Amino acid sequence: MFRWIVLRDLTLAWKGRVDVLSTLFFFLIAVSLFPLGIGPETNLLRLVAPGVVWVAALLASMLALGRLFANDYQDGTLEQLLLTPQPLYLVVLGKVLALWLVSGVPLALLSPVLGIQFGLSGKALLVMAVSLLLGTPVLALVGSIGAALTLGLRGGGLLISILVLPLYVPVLIFGAAAVDASMVGSGVQGSLSLLGALLALSLVFAPWATAAALRISLE
Amino acid sequence: MARINWYKYASPTNFYPFAEKMIPWFAFPAAVLFIVGLYVGFFVAPSDFQQGDAYRIIFIHVPAAWMGMLLYVLMAIYAAIGWAFNARLSSMMASAISITGAMFTFLSLVTGSLWGKPTWGTWWVWDARLTSTLILLFLYIGFISLQASIDDPRRADRAGAVLAIVGVINVPIIYFSVQWWNTLHQGATIRLLGKPTMAPPMLAAMLIMLAACWLYSIAVVLVRLRYIIIEREQNAARAAEVSV
Amino acid sequence: MLEATDLGCVRGDRRLFSDVNFRLSPGSLFQVQGPNGSGKTSLLRLICGLLAPAEGHIRWQGANICSLGEDYFTSLSYIGHRNGLKEELTPTENLRVTSGLAGSQLSQQEASSILGKTGLSGREHLPARLLSEGQRRRTALARLLTCRTPLWVLDEVLTSLDSSAIRLVRSLIEEHLNRGGIAVIATHHELDLSTDSFQRLDLAL
Repeated sequence: MFRWIVLRDLTLAWKGRVDVLSTLFFFLIAVSLFPLGIGPETNLLRLVAPGVVWVAALLASMLALGRLFANDYQDGTLEQLLLTPQPLYLVVLGKVLALWLVSGVPLALLSPVLGIQFGLSGKALLVMAVSLLLGTPVLALVGSIGAALTLGLRGGGLLISILVLPLYVPVLIFGAAAVDASMVGSGVQGSLSLLGALLALSLVFAPWATAAALRISLE
Repeated sequence: MARINWYKYASPTNFYPFAEKMIPWFAFPAAVLFIVGLYVGFFVAPSDFQQGDAYRIIFIHVPAAWMGMLLYVLMAIYAAIGWAFNARLSSMMASAISITGAMFTFLSLVTGSLWGKPTWGTWWVWDARLTSTLILLFLYIGFISLQASIDDPRRADRAGAVLAIVGVINVPIIYFSVQWWNTLHQGATIRLLGKPTMAPPMLAAMLIMLAACWLYSIAVVLVRLRYIIIEREQNAARAAEVSV
Repeated sequence: MLEATDLGCVRGDRRLFSDVNFRLSPGSLFQVQGPNGSGKTSLLRLICGLLAPAEGHIRWQGANICSLGEDYFTSLSYIGHRNGLKEELTPTENLRVTSGLAGSQLSQQEASSILGKTGLSGREHLPARLLSEGQRRRTALARLLTCRTPLWVLDEVLTSLDSSAIRLVRSLIEEHLNRGGIAVIATHHELDLSTDSFQRLDLAL
């Protein structure tokens, strides 16, 4: 049953792949704008690269959240999902997993290309991709709470950013710190394992909160 | 001793006149304590040997910062109770607290930066405490904007509760991460006080101001609660009229 | 057996109804009527457990539906105002996904044959967005035939249907009742169904 929800959302993402691609393009363009604003000096760019890439990843993941429940809410399928004979927790988890596969994973895979623009070393590029692979599922999980709470509200898109971005702070800090550490040659394990801890914590709590929020929003 | 039926006051309509009677009992002592606390803080407490008189803003800053944090937790507790037991008054309490909490958090940021100018020579430092207070303010803003954009009061209460609970779980994580981030980038850290060896009048002023802030918060929350009750009753009356 | 005692519903600041009682044994049809805004949809959503009652209880086979949780949904099919179809998917895909989520796998052929019964032969492989409103409704109705749940909750199910489709709905419901199912239907139309146990509830504004 879990397989069905993931497959369903992946199929839908494939049919609406323009949306998926625009998240990626947003990420690409947002990161590429920074050198234009800061100036082309390689040392400076290398210094800000972890923060810039991570902030852009944060914003891109947040934009992708709009797709998570809004369409299903409008056509009534979300109501049907609430009435399926399986824990809502799993439905949410399946949907978030599908979202992450089409938004978080490509983002992480694309990040080394952007890192090269900023003159990062091979090791830093690898750490950046790994930290994004660990961090983006947390963003999707925590973001799903905001997406569920703002369903059908006016100004939902903007509101979700106000709700969710402050909660993204720890992910941003640990993610960017991991890349930073790899650049100065100190250990990256600390920040990566903290990211892993955040992932474990949000896997346990976030779908539960999202399920509660969905029930509230659909009343 | 007469037994008080506490359940009676759990209904908003019964609580309304009760709140009215209670407000002066908190408002007046708050005013008195503010005056006493400020007097002790500004005239009795000695100058700090390092910071001179600039430090005196802590008599507002520190209680405000404490209130900002405490009220967030209190707000989440009230919101959670309101959600779990379908207690309307408790949910209204959470909404009433949110504004006061945001106000104190904002006040502590402003006073912090006023203090920073003479002490550190700059209005804003990315210090761990200031940064996490800033994020706390963002969390308050999220709660308030979410509730403001939902028309159905029942949904607003319960959605707010979910957000507040998620926020309260996150606050320690955010504090820890910001602390960790701060030690990582040592450059920006400046110790706030040397070891806080406070002269007795300083401590007294601080505690009096804290008590004043508590009393003020209770009074203001009660006032705001009364407005929320009136607003909802009026909406309900209007809706009932339309349906007749 | 579906049973409601002293049911009350409040939406926003407005009380929609109170003291609604009914008791539906297997094979009974329950029609909910009333003007717009009287709470028909809310009552149906209460029965589905999508909405929590302000007062009263709903019991399914003697147990409160709030405590049944997901188990209750194995015996329930709901068709609301919106069809609950994904526009991008074909009727076959829609049907297979819904029944997959409900825990019963449906092969391509089974899905096609069910869609044939609701009059969608030849349209099974068009994306739902290319179908007419009536055809989408028929696709939604096909859902009732996949899981064969004992409790059907149908909201305004006859709107935008032509006369042959209305005949189809009637025969579906009749068959359902004969098999001992329970149907709760909100509609303005006369149902004219031959059934032994029929109850009607009129909600006023």
